[in-house]
Amino acid sequence: MDWPALALSLKLSAWTAGLLLPLAIVAARWLAWSQFRGKSWVEGALALPLVLPPTVLGYYLLVALGAGTAIGQAYQMVIGRPLVFTFEGLVLASIVFNLPFAIQPMQRAFESIPRDVRDAAACCGMTRWQAFVRVELPLAWPGVLSAMVLTFAHTLGEFGVVLMVGGNIPGETKTISIAIYDRVQAFDLSAAGTMSAVLLVLALGAMIFVYSTSSRLARQHD
Amino acid sequence: MTEPGLTLTVRQRAPISMNAELSCASGEVLALVGPSGSGKTSLLRVIAGLLRPAEGAVACGGETWLDTARGLNLPARSRSTGFVFQNYALFPHMTARQNVMAALGESAPEKRPRRADELLEKVHLRGLEARRPAELSGGQQQRVALARALARNPKVLLLDEPFSAVDRATRERLYYELAELRRELRMPVLLVTHDLDEASMLADRMCILHRGVTLQAAAPYELRARPKNAEVARLVGLHNVYRGTVLEHRGGQTLLEWEGGVLEARLQNAFAVGSKVEWVVPPAHIVLHRRDRPSRGEHENPVSGVISDCVLLGENTSLRLRVASGAEIQFSVPTHVAQRNRISRGEPVTVSLLAEGIHLMTRTDADERGLKENPISTVAYLKRSPSDNV
Repeated sequence: MDWPALALSLKLSAWTAGLLLPLAIVAARWLAWSQFRGKSWVEGALALPLVLPPTVLGYYLLVALGAGTAIGQAYQMVIGRPLVFTFEGLVLASIVFNLPFAIQPMQRAFESIPRDVRDAAACCGMTRWQAFVRVELPLAWPGVLSAMVLTFAHTLGEFGVVLMVGGNIPGETKTISIAIYDRVQAFDLSAAGTMSAVLLVLALGAMIFVYSTSSRLARQHD
Repeated sequence: MTEPGLTLTVRQRAPISMNAELSCASGEVLALVGPSGSGKTSLLRVIAGLLRPAEGAVACGGETWLDTARGLNLPARSRSTGFVFQNYALFPHMTARQNVMAALGESAPEKRPRRADELLEKVHLRGLEARRPAELSGGQQQRVALARALARNPKVLLLDEPFSAVDRATRERLYYELAELRRELRMPVLLVTHDLDEASMLADRMCILHRGVTLQAAAPYELRARPKNAEVARLVGLHNVYRGTVLEHRGGQTLLEWEGGVLEARLQNAFAVGSKVEWVVPPAHIVLHRRDRPSRGEHENPVSGVISDCVLLGENTSLRLRVASGAEIQFSVPTHVAQRNRISRGEPVTVSLLAEGIHLMTRTDADERGLKENPISTVAYLKRSPSDNV
């Protein structure tokens, strides 16, 4: 069992979910309640990671974030180290890769809040922030929670993008799924089996949590 | 000193065409009446700041909330409105008390629960403060919505079809409660409804709205007795709209040519002799002659014909009388009267059109358009009990 790899995966999942939370809420609210030209394009682009092979996405991220690009150079200049093959690069790649997993459940949740209920919040004298905290977020909470758990679990098992952008540097970018692949390559099937079982349990637990929580919260709000 | 009321003007072509103007004094209940899609709810949303019209102005309680000419548009939260939404729009995750407290943001936090309970008591919801909307009946939800709307001490109360989602018995109780409550209310109250009876019962004045245009505002009785034109007449449920020519004004009466005969109408000398007019007679001014003995007003504009349609509607029977020229007069009588007079389809009967009720209206192009369209379709939404007129 590669404990550092598991710890790194959990850390990556936590950072990804944590950073995606505000970003996805803003994007999901915007998509849920705005009608604008080209909305389908935006939604399509954000859903792309669902169908694009992770290695393809990883390749583009590697090219876009590399030391030869403006993003890579700017990051190197400000932070003093490169973005690719580092933990920070992995977090960024994970965020991009998880956009649909985070945004879509939240968007559905915000869409389900009736227009009148939002209007009622304004007519009650609430500011936008108060309406968000006291009305929108509690009502969209099952979707927000599902999105976060899905993102967390999905990041935990991510392989292709992580390998492309992060490589396989122990303690820095070697996540548990890469460790499993590593062990299988070395014919250490018992270690691979243990780690796979851990991932399976975590993933199953996450899914059960998502379904039970959202159905319980949905009942509460009916 | 009375508070200034509410004034509104709205003009826009798209996405919803609106050309509306209305005012409502403090303490007055103004009903906005019109068929579905006539823009009633949109006007409330303009007042509340939830919809910005292309051009318009809204002033209430001495404050200007919207003035597109000056680029002024206060956001909804800064306008002191109490809005009861059609489906109440209660916050489903909050209790009744929390729903009311949500609108008490301007009071001190320690005073909010008590004030919320007072408001809930006022709308007869004592003991239900801790329930969530899903645990309340439709009528109780409506009351929570009303308490929440009143919580801000609003400068205007906006009620969007507040009785449409409850059963009849609850609705009647809520009418009574609103009538009671309005004695305490000092602000203008706008009530959106498509139910003319509801509007007549609860409102001081009714404003008729059609396709986004405010056609006429007047007291409910006034609107039915003196509609401005044929379109308003049809929208307030008057079916008997006809065309005629003014013959002369004589002896306190106006004589009118109609279908080859002469009718006496109440004096309306604003219409020049010879002018082509439209005229209407409300059902309450149509009197059925008894067949066994003379009845009241028998010599007043007697019109004979054959019953072409006779529909029993519970306590009342709706009748359609076809006169020789083919014109039809609709009216209704209590069912026992219809039975006593053995009235059925094909029977010849005579009615009197009471001169006092005959109201003349200017013919307009719009009316002509309306007449060419199916005249019944525009009144299909109306819900009005037949009058007792015999």
